[in-house]
Amino acid sequence: MRKITTFMGVLALASILLAACGTAAPAPSVEPVTVVETVVVTVEVPGELVVTEPQGYGTILARVKERGKVVCGGRTDLLGFGYLDDSGKNIGFDIDLCHAVAAAVLGDPSAIEIVPLTAADRGPALQTGEVDLLSRNATWNSKRDAEWGNFTVTMFYDGQSFIVRKDSGIETLQDMDGATVCVTTGTTTEKNLATAFADAGLAFEAVTFEDTASVYSAYDEGRCDVATSDGSQLAAIRVGLQNPDDHKLLGFTISKEPLTPAVPAGDDQWLDIVKTVMWALISAEEFGITSANVEEMKASENGDIRILLGAEGDWGYTQLGVDADSLARAIAAVGSYGEIYDRYFGTGGIAFELDRGLNSLARDGGLLYSPPIK
Amino acid sequence: MSVAANTRTGRKIPFWRDERVLSALAQIISAILILGILYWMAANFLEISKQRGMSLSFRFLSEPAGFPISESSIPYDPTMSFGRAFLVGLINTLNVSVWGIILATILGLIVGLARLSSNWLISRIALAFIEFHRNIPLLVLLFLWYFAVFNRLPSVKESITLPGPIYMNLRGLYLAWPRLTETGNIFLTFVAAGIALALVGWSILRRIREKSGRETYYFPVSFGILILIPLIGWFVAGGMPLWVDIPALQGFNFKGGLRLTPEFGAMLVGLTTYTAAFIAEVIRAGIQAVQRGQIEAAKAVGLKDPQVLSLIVIPQAMRVIIPPLISQYLNLTKNSSLALAIGYQELFAVGKITINQAGRAVPVFLMVMVTYLTLSLLTSWVLNIYNRRIQFVER
Repeated sequence: MRKITTFMGVLALASILLAACGTAAPAPSVEPVTVVETVVVTVEVPGELVVTEPQGYGTILARVKERGKVVCGGRTDLLGFGYLDDSGKNIGFDIDLCHAVAAAVLGDPSAIEIVPLTAADRGPALQTGEVDLLSRNATWNSKRDAEWGNFTVTMFYDGQSFIVRKDSGIETLQDMDGATVCVTTGTTTEKNLATAFADAGLAFEAVTFEDTASVYSAYDEGRCDVATSDGSQLAAIRVGLQNPDDHKLLGFTISKEPLTPAVPAGDDQWLDIVKTVMWALISAEEFGITSANVEEMKASENGDIRILLGAEGDWGYTQLGVDADSLARAIAAVGSYGEIYDRYFGTGGIAFELDRGLNSLARDGGLLYSPPIK
Repeated sequence: MSVAANTRTGRKIPFWRDERVLSALAQIISAILILGILYWMAANFLEISKQRGMSLSFRFLSEPAGFPISESSIPYDPTMSFGRAFLVGLINTLNVSVWGIILATILGLIVGLARLSSNWLISRIALAFIEFHRNIPLLVLLFLWYFAVFNRLPSVKESITLPGPIYMNLRGLYLAWPRLTETGNIFLTFVAAGIALALVGWSILRRIREKSGRETYYFPVSFGILILIPLIGWFVAGGMPLWVDIPALQGFNFKGGLRLTPEFGAMLVGLTTYTAAFIAEVIRAGIQAVQRGQIEAAKAVGLKDPQVLSLIVIPQAMRVIIPPLISQYLNLTKNSSLALAIGYQELFAVGKITINQAGRAVPVFLMVMVTYLTLSLLTSWVLNIYNRRIQFVER
């Protein structure tokens, strides 16, 4: 007996250590990112204007042009944002943003390469510069901004919401007192839920699963009164329920999830290019420019439109090392912000219908607002 | 033989052919190898955790957990600590394991005996039950129980009502349950005293009978004590020491009564039936291991069938049954970690959430492993004491 106990002890110790090594090995490195190749780029500066470029400035655009492709971190498994269509093509809201950048800097919207990334891989992929652009519904927060790279322009304002049965009579958080809530474990969602109910002084019963599919299957069977996750995810899930019309999303959120494309740290030029392309998509909607009318709009009576489309003036393209009409090409390729949104989430959209809500232009009561491009 | 030859010729055995030296050498080499590997792994682990700045600290246990747990026998809410959450998980594991072990033993005994039945149909049904459960992975069975059975029960408003009242719906099983009133503790003390005295009476009277051969009526006497003392307690307590908590529909769910959640139910049923199939085989094997001659001899001296079973077959079968039964109990406890898949939050599920929320993989895994190891060693220690007592005493 003693021998066996000793042996078991040794085995246990060995397995503990093996497990430790196993989990430790593939974890991401937290060492600071060092830019390996530093290409000194001389930019012809007109006039006496002297611009001092920091290290790394211009490296990404140079390597994108040399490669002839923009490498985007994306995903293939989230309906609406990054998924495969019937013919196996990778499409989605996030993917279109990548197309827009490729059209702007290379003139060819199809010159992209999508690297599918998991939630855990996306930070390291950006830190190491494996991708030029991370367009994979990533929430922008200060910690990620400090650790991963630079976030550009929030293109989708999401928030944690709730899905309920229409006949449940639930409209507000207060209506959910004592309700049973289905939620995925180990997510920020789970903590937000607990905080929101505790702050409102409400009781709830959680039913939690590790696997997302189990969460919604249990909700669909009626195990829970409510399921909670990011609003866009719930809208996508609703389509797959047994009777989608019996369910609805509640009109409020309990967290801020600004989904924002991000670029590697250390190259301000590339950061500015991507930001400007994103702004251009929003500006296009403000000005009523669409993929169809972009050519005729170049002759618009509005001077701001003419500058945006590169017909006159300089919106900064010389300094950024791109063509005058690069923003026009991006709009021609994927359309304005409104067109992209409607393509996937609008009435008759190919993914699912989702109310624009916060993702409307500022003048329509939303949060989308572009600085002037001129 | 060769040694004798060697001594006769007077030649010394060279050390590389000396069995004692060789076996000592083999042990030294394997010890060095094992220690070397352990040292390498430990050094590697410490090196990496230093590089990553992940210290092996358990201080996070006192930080607020922040995540909800579906069910808990002790008060818990998300503002409590990770340590508390861990304790809730441990209690949930014990809950499902203890009930699972009790029920699986009973069911396994029934199925095992049915398997040996001379009735063809009963024996085949038992065989089908055993083969079904032994040949399908437990995880699959758990999904089946949870999603195909417990999640298919009617909604709260259309609950199945059984007399009792017992309500069954997809939020759980609700039954009326006795609860203690203010005077309940006095009554409870009497119940405990009744049980203790009945046990003492049983063992004393039985020993007297075994020694003197006189009939002491140990069974009726101790049973009488078991009933009488709590009855006295009931009157001493005065008024009603118990009240019956009846479940009633309030808002979204039933409130009151005893509630078993579908997650717990699916887990308990899944673990019980699965382990019962293995226990049934262990029991069948144990009974068949008793030599036929023993039974024939018992019958020859005039023992009745129940006596043959209780005095001759079962005591001998137990010696064969107990060791594999211990490992089935250990398996059941360890298999309860699969509960993570169907949302029953036991030790491992809480551990995994803690890893995610606190970002402390190694300390949490260590805690989970040490806890399971302790549980298993305790179980086998207790059962081994029993095992030693029932083994043949050679005189």
